[in-house]
Amino acid sequence: MNNSDNNSGVSLQVRGLRKSFGGQEVLKGVDFEVQRGEIFVVMGPSGSGKSVLLKHLIGLETPDTGEILINGEAVEPDKIAAKYRMALVFQSGALLNSLTVGENVGLYLTEHRLKPPEEINRIVAEKLQAVGLTDATDKMPGELSGGMKKRVAIARALVVEPQLILYDEPTSELDPLSAVVIGEEIVELKNQIRVTSIVVTHDRELAFGVADRIAIINEGRIVTIGTPDEVKRFDDPLVQKFLRADFKRETQTSNL
Amino acid sequence: MFQNIGEIVLLFWRTLCALPFAWRQRQKIFDQFFEIGNASLLMVCVLSFFIGAVISLQTGPVLVERGLASAVGGLVGISVAKELAPVMMAILIAGRIGSAMAAEIGSMCVYQEIDALRTMNINPIHYLVLPRMLAMAVALPLLVVFAILVGWFGGAVVAETNSHIGVPFAAFFDGLRDTVDLKDVANGVFKSFCFAVIIGAVSCHQGLMTIGGPRGIGRSVTKAVVNSIVLIVIFDYVLTRFLLK
Repeated sequence: MNNSDNNSGVSLQVRGLRKSFGGQEVLKGVDFEVQRGEIFVVMGPSGSGKSVLLKHLIGLETPDTGEILINGEAVEPDKIAAKYRMALVFQSGALLNSLTVGENVGLYLTEHRLKPPEEINRIVAEKLQAVGLTDATDKMPGELSGGMKKRVAIARALVVEPQLILYDEPTSELDPLSAVVIGEEIVELKNQIRVTSIVVTHDRELAFGVADRIAIINEGRIVTIGTPDEVKRFDDPLVQKFLRADFKRETQTSNL
Repeated sequence: MFQNIGEIVLLFWRTLCALPFAWRQRQKIFDQFFEIGNASLLMVCVLSFFIGAVISLQTGPVLVERGLASAVGGLVGISVAKELAPVMMAILIAGRIGSAMAAEIGSMCVYQEIDALRTMNINPIHYLVLPRMLAMAVALPLLVVFAILVGWFGGAVVAETNSHIGVPFAAFFDGLRDTVDLKDVANGVFKSFCFAVIIGAVSCHQGLMTIGGPRGIGRSVTKAVVNSIVLIVIFDYVLTRFLLK
């Protein structure tokens, strides 16, 4: 079923990806490459097509035109999940609410009957420990905070031993401390298992903190791709505006 | 509408193709089976008792007046076994269990849980649809057998206790035994099996098609119940016509 002979990350090429929903073109010809073991960050404003792009990469959406090559080989969208070990950490976590945390984390192994139950319990405990949630095994997802849900989602992704791991807004709705923990985990995973990671975010601190390369996407098109320093220096008003946007409250002088 | 019917048929076909994987899902099938039985048994009891009772009450005095007291048991027996128990129980289960199925799968759709299954290469049809459809296909016919027995009992109680009817218990069941064949009960049970498949397929399909937020879930639940009932009534006619031959 899976390419179990290859435990390191995969390389990825996206060529001319286009997708429309109800006549509205969301992706307008997206091209980029991700190297094996790289952390590639896709940044862009809300509604720019980042999440739709992620769904194409893992086979949840079929492009109107264009292709996705994994390790240089074009793969049909509906066969991606069967052919490669991939994991998507959803923005909401997308944990199965009717299962406990432990059952969620071990779901892939249980459903595919890859290990005996005792071995699954050991792996679940190990992955939960890796994300700092040792005591959460028997809790239900509804009892967890947003940050804990995301960490459980990462633990669930780790169980797959992914060759490509995709993160959809991993730090949204998180406090700054939890966001830092998630960022550290993304980097640590790359260092530990050489997994290829694609992070979709509009969190600038996370993006510049973890990325090997960054792509800026706007209105369904890639505006620029480069290292964090190259992107910071990229001379484009829209990119600079996006990277420097800050909220400043004007000081009001009162005569009262 | 035709697109929906096509999708429902396709979902049913895919579920049939998934049948070899049923043993793997036995725990989920048992859980669903328990859920359907546990949630519905009391309602089935009450509903079928009063259905039998009201048929007896409506027809009993008229038949007794015309000297046909021996026909009361047969008439109640055949109408409950062949028509009322299968149809009423199917409608009850569509409202009670079909709606819950559509809501559960619909909320899984809305909150991306089904996408999460797909990314783990877990087929939602094997994981969600197959256990529900199989449990429904076994549970509803069993509930209908139970409903037929309780319905007959309800009819007999009214026939004996109502002063305008006054048919004793034993006479009621003698008449019933003369008229109702085992084939008639099998006829009703077969109908209920077909209705179970309809409810399962329609409810799971509506759940899987859910888009939007809580409003989308509500819409799916309503559609699942209404479409199931409409199809049950249409198929009831078709099946009755076919089984009369």
